[in-house]
Amino acid sequence: MSTLWQALGDGMVVAKRNLIKIKRVPDLLVFSTLSPIMFVLLFAYVFGSAIKGPGVSYREFLMAGIFTQTMLFGSTITGGGLAMDIQKGIVDRFRSLPIARSAVLVGRTTSDLVNNVLVIAVMSLTGLIVGWRIRSSALEALAGFGLLLLFAYAFSWVSAVGGLMVRTPEVFNNASFIVVFPLTFVANTFVPSHNLPGPLKVVAEWNPISAVTQAARQLFGNISPAAPKPDALPLQHPVLTSFLWIAVILAVFVPLAVSRYKKAVSR
Amino acid sequence: MDYAIEAEGLVKRYGSVMALDGLDLAVPEGTVTGLLGPNGAGKTTAVRIFTTLLVADSGWARVGGLDVVADAPRLRERIGLSGQYAAVDEDLTGFENLDMVGRLYHLGRRGSRERARELLERFDLVDAADRTVKGYSGGMRRRLDLAGALVAKPELLFLDEPTTGLDLRSRMGMWEVIAELVAAGSTLLLTTQYLEEADRLADQVAVIDHGRVIASGTSDELKNQVGGERLELTLGSVGDLAMGRQSLAPLAVGEIAIDEQTRSITVPVTGGADVLADALSRLAADSIKVLDVGLRRPTLDDVFLALTGHAAEDEQPADEGKQRPGAKGERPGAKGERPGAKGERPGARGDKPDQQDAELAR
Repeated sequence: MSTLWQALGDGMVVAKRNLIKIKRVPDLLVFSTLSPIMFVLLFAYVFGSAIKGPGVSYREFLMAGIFTQTMLFGSTITGGGLAMDIQKGIVDRFRSLPIARSAVLVGRTTSDLVNNVLVIAVMSLTGLIVGWRIRSSALEALAGFGLLLLFAYAFSWVSAVGGLMVRTPEVFNNASFIVVFPLTFVANTFVPSHNLPGPLKVVAEWNPISAVTQAARQLFGNISPAAPKPDALPLQHPVLTSFLWIAVILAVFVPLAVSRYKKAVSR
Repeated sequence: MDYAIEAEGLVKRYGSVMALDGLDLAVPEGTVTGLLGPNGAGKTTAVRIFTTLLVADSGWARVGGLDVVADAPRLRERIGLSGQYAAVDEDLTGFENLDMVGRLYHLGRRGSRERARELLERFDLVDAADRTVKGYSGGMRRRLDLAGALVAKPELLFLDEPTTGLDLRSRMGMWEVIAELVAAGSTLLLTTQYLEEADRLADQVAVIDHGRVIASGTSDELKNQVGGERLELTLGSVGDLAMGRQSLAPLAVGEIAIDEQTRSITVPVTGGADVLADALSRLAADSIKVLDVGLRRPTLDDVFLALTGHAAEDEQPADEGKQRPGAKGERPGAKGERPGAKGERPGARGDKPDQQDAELAR
């Protein structure tokens, strides 16, 4: 048990280091909040004029989708940061220290979670300004934010595995774009999934992004009673499905990331 | 425990490249051992295996009596590593960097702070302590990195090319710092591609090339393997070279080497300054014009050349290792003659043609 505490303590030391970096080089935080603001405005005003939300205003429909997409982008910082630390040889130093093999990863994912909390706060404000409203209880809304952040945390571990596999941070950043865009677009994030053509519809309905988005919509009270009931099983029980996805992602990618980390050497 | 580091038959392969090809090493406690070799010889790979960062494909290594694989967690508490690229965080201050390392060695909040201040003082970084590392010079970064390796007062210190890429002044500064550590009795494994560095800091040198140790001993022992003193003369004209060789032949204790391009003659001799005077008077008697003359002890550079058939500090691309298998075949002399380097090659300069072949092969 004491080793577990020590590993957590070591993780917090590493997290503190990353947070100091955010404070000192705020560029990353600024841009990781500016881009979702841009998305909110673009979609709300450009697409919003053409797309009809199911029973609710498009802006209300949109926000949960943008939240999920932003969380996913936020978690790619984990892989990019690790790739950078490997490139600079800092991981070599960490790995020569008598700390748990998971400590650096725990620290990294934790500090990125903090980053995501800040981002989600800024985004909520932007959403409220353009007309998004929470129509559920405070407790449900809190659960909605919690679910989004938990999903982001789980996805940080996927991102960590990616970051530990590539040669340079630049490669990782480009690669993550290619993964995150289709993942967040072939879903119910920006348009209702039931209008999508056949195979795309199936992918969208089973996409974890859709489940999380649907769950957030439900918890924020952004689903109109007039909206058609989704016919896919995951979207009928979005909260449960989201938690299952989160559990599966963590169960697979935490051990994978730790075993990758053990072999990570600069160059 | 007699040896701080023991390794036998270490092999590490990256695809088709053999980074280590059966490396054996024994480093006695309380000594400074220099691992000397060109870029891509396998030095960094060896250090990474000793410091538990890499696992060898085969062979074994024990550091401080602990197996580098089975006892890795315990071993990490006892070693310090300062890598080839200063592994310090640019966005943190010098103090924050050391404080973090202290926390990760579990020195506690107060212990870490005290140790950080102590080391900043010792490495002359007090003024820069609260500035971010981004603004540090190369030399300051290396000093900070070395300080990081010393946070937990390790019994055993690994320095991987501590001065590569530094300017002359910073290099001298690092040497002073390392020399102080040595004086304090640390056991240290130092890798370097600079012969002068090994000569200056190491008690013992292991020459490494193509992933194996090809010679080891004190730097004097290695120099003696190559031969004793030699006389180097540069003549006024190429035409005089043959005659010069004839008139100096009685002084030579080995084969005389001639280089027509530089119009120089190298004569292995014994007897010091008297021989020098003798040689000059012989040449004067034959009215051969001498432009330059010198009596030299072999340098580690000569040792390296004699042992490997190529110079130590040659600028080669990092992926040069890929050409290795072929390069080996093209230099049949280099490997086969190694064991007998002493007897068969009294004068390092005698290898000139051989070396030129090697150059061409590249």
